[in-house]
Amino acid sequence: MLLIECPWCGPRDDQDFTYGGEAHIARPERPEKLSDEQWGDYLFMRSNPKGTHLERWVCNGCRRWFNVCRDTVTDEITAVYRMGEKPPGAIKKAGRKS
Amino acid sequence: MTSQPFRRLEGGLIDRDRPLTFRFDGSTFTGYAGDTLASALLANGVTLVGRSFKYHRRRGIVAAGVEEPNALATLREGNRQEPNLRATQVELFDGLTASSQNRWPSLDFDVGGINNILSRFLPAGFYYKTFMWPAGAWMFYERFIRAAAGLGKAPLLGDPDYYERRHAHCDVLVVGAGPAGLSAALAAGRSGARVILVDDNAALGGSLRGDTATINEVPALAWVDEVGGTLEALENVRILTRATAVGYYDQNLITVCERVADHLARPDPHQPRQRLWWVRAKRVVLATGAIERPLVFANNDLPGVMLASAVRTYQLQYAVKCGRRAVVFTNNDSAYSCVSALMGGGVPVSAVVDTRASGPGDAARKIVDSSGVECLFGHAVVGALGRQRVTSVEVMALADGGSRVTGRSRVIDCDLLCVSGGWNPTVHLFSQSQGKLRYDEGLTSFVPDASSQAESSAGAARGELGLDACLRGGIEAGAEAARLAGFTPTEDVEAARCDHVDEAPVEALWAVPLPARRHGKRFVDLQNDVTAEDVALADREGYQSVEHLKRYTTLGMGTDQGRTSNVNGLAILAGLRDSDIPSVGTTTFRPPFNPVTLGTITAREVGADLAPLRLSPMHDWHAGVGANFVTVGLWLRTQFYARPGEAMMEAINREVLAVRNAVGMVDVSTLGKIEIQGRDAAEFLERVYINRWTNLQVGRCRYGFMLREDGFILDDGTTTRVADNNFYMTTTTAQAGPVMAHLEYYAQTVWPELHVHLTSVTDQWAGMAIAGPRSREVLAAACEGGDVGDESLPFMGYLESRIAGVPVRLFRMTFSGEMAYEVHTPSDYGIRVWEALMAAGKDFAITPYGTEAMSVLRIEKGHVVGAELDGRTIPADFGFERMQKKDRDFIGKRSLERPALAYGPRKRFVGLISEDGRKIPRGAQLVWNPTAPKPVPMLGHVSSTCYSPNLGNYIALALLEDADGYQGKLLYASSPLTDSHVPVRVGHSVFIDPEGERARG
Ligand SMILES: [Zn+2]
Repeated sequence: MLLIECPWCGPRDDQDFTYGGEAHIARPERPEKLSDEQWGDYLFMRSNPKGTHLERWVCNGCRRWFNVCRDTVTDEITAVYRMGEKPPGAIKKAGRKS
Repeated sequence: MTSQPFRRLEGGLIDRDRPLTFRFDGSTFTGYAGDTLASALLANGVTLVGRSFKYHRRRGIVAAGVEEPNALATLREGNRQEPNLRATQVELFDGLTASSQNRWPSLDFDVGGINNILSRFLPAGFYYKTFMWPAGAWMFYERFIRAAAGLGKAPLLGDPDYYERRHAHCDVLVVGAGPAGLSAALAAGRSGARVILVDDNAALGGSLRGDTATINEVPALAWVDEVGGTLEALENVRILTRATAVGYYDQNLITVCERVADHLARPDPHQPRQRLWWVRAKRVVLATGAIERPLVFANNDLPGVMLASAVRTYQLQYAVKCGRRAVVFTNNDSAYSCVSALMGGGVPVSAVVDTRASGPGDAARKIVDSSGVECLFGHAVVGALGRQRVTSVEVMALADGGSRVTGRSRVIDCDLLCVSGGWNPTVHLFSQSQGKLRYDEGLTSFVPDASSQAESSAGAARGELGLDACLRGGIEAGAEAARLAGFTPTEDVEAARCDHVDEAPVEALWAVPLPARRHGKRFVDLQNDVTAEDVALADREGYQSVEHLKRYTTLGMGTDQGRTSNVNGLAILAGLRDSDIPSVGTTTFRPPFNPVTLGTITAREVGADLAPLRLSPMHDWHAGVGANFVTVGLWLRTQFYARPGEAMMEAINREVLAVRNAVGMVDVSTLGKIEIQGRDAAEFLERVYINRWTNLQVGRCRYGFMLREDGFILDDGTTTRVADNNFYMTTTTAQAGPVMAHLEYYAQTVWPELHVHLTSVTDQWAGMAIAGPRSREVLAAACEGGDVGDESLPFMGYLESRIAGVPVRLFRMTFSGEMAYEVHTPSDYGIRVWEALMAAGKDFAITPYGTEAMSVLRIEKGHVVGAELDGRTIPADFGFERMQKKDRDFIGKRSLERPALAYGPRKRFVGLISEDGRKIPRGAQLVWNPTAPKPVPMLGHVSSTCYSPNLGNYIALALLEDADGYQGKLLYASSPLTDSHVPVRVGHSVFIDPEGERARG
């Protein structure tokens, strides 16, 4: 029952959105150059932080994707920003194995 | 009809001019407007209201509100029957019918009472123990346990009432309309903030409805009425009574269950029975009060043992005497106000037993001094005596800090024992909001500590039990909430005044010790029949976490969620473990605070309104000719068109043969349709499809597969280049939504640099497929836009034309394998074009066909659908590996190169023909020998199956390992579920026209 602020439609109940997993995972430019393990890492491995999580949501109203910064402990949403933008200010992406 | 022998002649908030008749367990009684079922039963001297869950012990009413553990009743009869309602919360209405629960055959004589005698065989965790040992014990006991236990029965008939859901937004939500909540609502409301005030009860006031206090020099209720009037007059304040806040979710979403018509025999016409409010609040003030704790001593479950605050409420609010002679047993000062209420209402009090050696504070002492009631300080009730109900209590002196009882015991006659073990702030909603609790040694209870959401607690809910503190705390919390919501509280709102009462502190006594060499059940949880000994047993058996304790003993489960039992139970556990209460912790409170009937949660989404219904633009035509419909996802589609006297299979076979031999037409409007536009549209398709798109000519269609990034097929479909930068994609009916979402995801998040726009146009276009050797002739007869021959409209070609004066898009593509065309037209023209084609096809005996015939045609042709594209298959499984681009990347390509998909032995697509003419079962496994010892190795599975009128036999499509090796071999399609094992011959997946000559014409 999150209250999420779509950058285009404004604050709405999470029933109006669909979750899209961890944000800022770029699709590899040259997948064919990756080992099976590297490809598997891109495809399946996601961070599961306790605390700040940058994630993607899509608005079922306007069908636009955007990024959300949510605390996985409190469910507090501290930032909402558009695709292609960096998380604002002090927010850092939680540790992810490189 | 009996009189009400326990009703006082005057006082209370009941309306003696409005007597009400009701029935309980078949007997007729009277009560008054303003009564609850519980107060009316007590007024009539009914003390036995239920049997306990496990031991079937006699149980009476304990409380006056939401915390009642025993008095669960089934209300009403027939299709309005509802189980598990607390008699203490059921408002009396004329003609109310209620029955007790958990007894068989009757309340007075209960067969399950034998459990009480056998109770040493039903220890803590007895459910789990029967699960584990001896093997099969659970199977044996289950039917007895299920028959004898359980709290009430669900109704079997349909619910005749309806329910509503309503969304609301406010600046300040105040939960609870007692002294703190009313004050908070007043302070917030005066600031101009939008306020919603909700309260469980029918009228405002909370604890003040059974109180003799004076506020602002007037009786408390007069103050309640005044504040209520002020709030009513404020346009920005909404008051909901009979409304329980049941759930506190993320970002201040609170669900409130409003019992709109439960106080009536039946809802008024057009009135919902209940309404579930979803309130999104900027700030929340929890003024939920506190719940009194019982004390734990031997036989403390006897009818006649009641919470002191409840006795006082019955006495003052309902003018009901809960007994003829009382003893009050307490460890704190609050129970002394019960003494004065009893004495003032004509119920003599034999003694006050106070566990504290030093006795109560001055105000309480004045009450007992002036009334001359005997006080036994430093004493405890060690046991209640009596069979049907309390007839006396046994009192002994406490020693060694309450760890043992000593001296001679004394028996005091009484039929009512009022107990108070201190107060627990009602922190359920606070805890649901993820707020942290703190154990307060002074109060001996958990109180709200750090908030996790935009809320604050006020009054007794935060452990400030005094009335003056509630009034002051409410004003402060309300003003602060308004300020934080962006409003300026007005200066003139001051806390209402009342006298401050100095109290001596509560003294913890979690369980009264049993006298030496004595036994007796000391109940911690009345609703679940959990005793102090059960807690000790669970501890000995290693269930030391409080969450484990809860599951193992069932302490704190059930409809009352441990309101009266939780703290006592974990304090006893802490004592056994020699640790303190905070380190034992408390269990998590989860929504709902109070049971909510499923009807209220589903609201209007029942029956035909469960989900939206999607209809084809040609639906009315199908309905007009008497089509048989079938639900496909949200769509209603034509399954087949039976002629008069025609059976289903006859109709399907006729339709199939018509397509193979002449021409048929099927409604394909449900296919997903997506417009892909922009200068990078072709490049975008190149990236999401496995095959090549940039070289597709304008006016041509192409079939393709779309994969997920993990390599498995998402969907197949045909896309047409309508113009240079404009593609028209069709998807399968089922995958229309997922494909659109998939494309949006890649366009926006992975390749935002591509100039491509996606628009779902499924509802904008009607679609119909004409198929069969004579389809071109029909199309030629109908089209007004010129030639549709092979030259202008070749196989996999696209043409824009007109039919019946309206524009159409023509696609030459086939699903049946016959020469076929799809005709798409704007939805509103759907019926017009359909009828024109039917008219044009009349001379060719055009036959409309439904989804069943369509399915048979595509199985005969070996075309795949969702049954084959089930999320576990890749293009190579169907022989489409050569469709995959080698020279460039596409979604899913890299995954196809993983060893498991690239080299792994995979099942491949084959056709099956029934060897003995029997039907091939759906979902069957393919095996060598169905009678081989189990487990029989499974070689593959049947994905689609049908009767083929063209082959005159049952056929199927399947995925089979070593498909080449099994070609021409005999296997069994084995379905243990239906116990049918049909021999099948493995062959090619295309049964008709494997060279594809018919489609090209
Ligand atoms: Zn939006």
